[in-house]
Amino acid sequence: MAYVAEAPKESFRLSMLIYDTRFRSITIQVIVLILALLFVGWLTDNTIKNLAAKDKDINFSFLWNRAGYDIDQQLIPYTNDSTHGRAAVVGLLNTLVVAFFGCILATIIGVFAGVLRLSNNWLVARIMTVYVEIFRNVPLLLWIILAFTVFSETRPEPKDYKITAPMVELVKQKMTEEGETLPPDFKVTPRMVSSYADELEAAGIEPPQTEIFFGTVAVTNRGSNIPMPLLSRPLGGFEVAGVPISFSVLAVFALLAASIFVSRKLSRRAAAIQEETGVRPVIWWKNLAIIVLPVSLLLWAMGLHWEIPGFATDEFGVSKGFNIVGGINVAHSFTALLIALSLYTGAYIAEAVRGGILAISRGQTEAAYALGLRPGKTMRLVILPQALRVIIPPLISQYLNLTKNTTLGMAISYLDLKGTLGGITLNQTGRELECMLLMMLIYLILSLIISSLMNVFNTAMKLKER
Amino acid sequence: MKRSVFLGTLAGAALLAGYASAATLDDVKARGVLNCGVNTGLTGFGAPDATGNYTGFDVAICKAVAAAVLGDASKVKYTPTTGETRFTALASGEVDMLARNSTWTYSRDNDLKLDFVAVNYYDGQGFMVKKDLGVASAKELDGATVCIQTGTTTELNLADFFKENNITYTPVTVADDAEAQRQYVAGACDAFTTDASGLAATRATLPDAENHIILPEIISKEPLGPVVRHGDNNWGDIVRWTFYALVAAEEMGITSANVEEVAGSTQNPEVKRLLGLEGDLGAMMGLDKDWGKRAIAASGNYGEIFAANIGESTPIGLARGLNALWTQGGLQYAPPFR
Repeated sequence: MAYVAEAPKESFRLSMLIYDTRFRSITIQVIVLILALLFVGWLTDNTIKNLAAKDKDINFSFLWNRAGYDIDQQLIPYTNDSTHGRAAVVGLLNTLVVAFFGCILATIIGVFAGVLRLSNNWLVARIMTVYVEIFRNVPLLLWIILAFTVFSETRPEPKDYKITAPMVELVKQKMTEEGETLPPDFKVTPRMVSSYADELEAAGIEPPQTEIFFGTVAVTNRGSNIPMPLLSRPLGGFEVAGVPISFSVLAVFALLAASIFVSRKLSRRAAAIQEETGVRPVIWWKNLAIIVLPVSLLLWAMGLHWEIPGFATDEFGVSKGFNIVGGINVAHSFTALLIALSLYTGAYIAEAVRGGILAISRGQTEAAYALGLRPGKTMRLVILPQALRVIIPPLISQYLNLTKNTTLGMAISYLDLKGTLGGITLNQTGRELECMLLMMLIYLILSLIISSLMNVFNTAMKLKER
Repeated sequence: MKRSVFLGTLAGAALLAGYASAATLDDVKARGVLNCGVNTGLTGFGAPDATGNYTGFDVAICKAVAAAVLGDASKVKYTPTTGETRFTALASGEVDMLARNSTWTYSRDNDLKLDFVAVNYYDGQGFMVKKDLGVASAKELDGATVCIQTGTTTELNLADFFKENNITYTPVTVADDAEAQRQYVAGACDAFTTDASGLAATRATLPDAENHIILPEIISKEPLGPVVRHGDNNWGDIVRWTFYALVAAEEMGITSANVEEVAGSTQNPEVKRLLGLEGDLGAMMGLDKDWGKRAIAASGNYGEIFAANIGESTPIGLARGLNALWTQGGLQYAPPFR
């Protein structure tokens, strides 16, 4: 007769939480979670207690109070009557614009430097190595300050661009001597003055600085004045929360998107024909025309013209005022921050690109050569698309770094989110904790958005495995 | 056992939270050093001299308080603060008091939980421009670029002034006076605005001071004074009355040179009370009898401090103006010592 032993009865004892491997890991996790929660709770409690001891509370209502200060670079309308909340938005947009252009510039610089660092040309490869090493190994803040100092110390003051009364007199006198009859209300233009630069110097008058790019761009020690596009027949627009939205701009973008859609269709058709017949029809000029022509026509129809920056003048052409007016004024704090950020981050991206390219096996290059592709095309069509898969993940963190590094703009008075919400608003309201928390939250959200966008891109580029 | 350790930690943390608001006077006495927040460098008011020692009109108040509380005017640790960091440094307890040309305003007093204990300099905001700019009035600054220190009341006054006069400007915000001065000299801005006293101090340090002018407009009231944290009234009283002791000393003709002599010979009861020869004014604040005598001996009375640091015989050359004693047409007025 077989003896069947009764299975030992499962009984749960408290010690099993520690000694039984089935439960131990859960026990440890629960304990750590409780400790973590207690720590967070203690931090919050301690903060509130200490604030209460200083008679302070946590209150975000200051965001709706009048800010009272001015911001020089504003992408949406803002005056000192606007609220602190709006000032924060203006700052956030300033952060975004420098981060956006910075990411694009850094990517371009990085890809070029990364590819060229692997060049067979000894000199080019060494120059790129020097660039990468210099920028990676010197703190970013120093680059930002250096870039700003170069602009603000080497460029002339705005007043050096001024045309003074003696200059006008001399130019008029010279022109009369050359046999021209000038009407009494004759107005001297900057171009006339600069054409008499030698005569001015001979008469002991320092000739004025001239604007570069055919008199359209002035770079002073305060900022760069560039021409501004204006429309004489705009399509109108509307306002959302005090932000003007122009139909003209929307129309241009819509038309551009449509053109790109059509041109892509054309390219796909060309690819299909190539697949069928082995001959690719020449379509580049068609594509170019499809993209450029409709938009140019629309802009012409809306009456596009440019506002050239320059000093306001009186009826004889003598400059008035303190600053060059008109056009778009790009402060040097923006330019310097953009240049320093993109060169610095570009150096890191260059290394990521170089790593990505080196990760692709040599056989791919050789196979491409065997097919008769030239080195440039091999890089563009074979190596880089594959390398992209390796490059994108480090690229994401470089974009995040660049975005967060924009806060260093405070060193050169760039009023980004840190400058408005975390700088002036914080100082004027004394709400340190609220401003800091809000700022951290915004940067967190910003970083998460960037990384999720890049992750979507990464998934799209990933090797599709079956 | 684990639990008890944890509870012990919690209890300890709670105690720490409680200690944060102990009496400043006891802290200072226990530490033996007064932590004083001063300017990062504003000649005449608070700046390190060639040997690295802080001197100036504001710094003298720190010295007087240290002398009154600790008995030694040199027992001060100076913490340079910018317009941005000063109030945080005070609120967090990093410094015991601020003596750093800070304007007394309603919202700072109430919302920031600070106490302005007195006004040691009645000031107003002005503009400095280069002479060759050809500007004679601040109202002609339409369209100009203006350098301004961030985190200050001047930032808000500037916006108000231009708005009120219906003119525009471009702000260049900088962190401290030194940077503002650099930008102004480099021509990055047409005008530099701050308190008129600060402008005079900045102008005095420029190599070509004669090429710069301070415009006649004074666009605001800027009562500058020492600041303490809200809530510690005893400490506030000590700083307030130390300052008033200096003003009273000028009224009574007591100087750092003759303070001992006056103490030996005076028959005036108020002088006697101030110098601790009669009554127990010091004990009322938790100090000893001689606090007033030491405060005056530290750098002299209010008039002496003014003359030595920013007066007409110094490069800064400020007139007493509003800061003369009330008996001479000014606003400096010490409440009675009794």
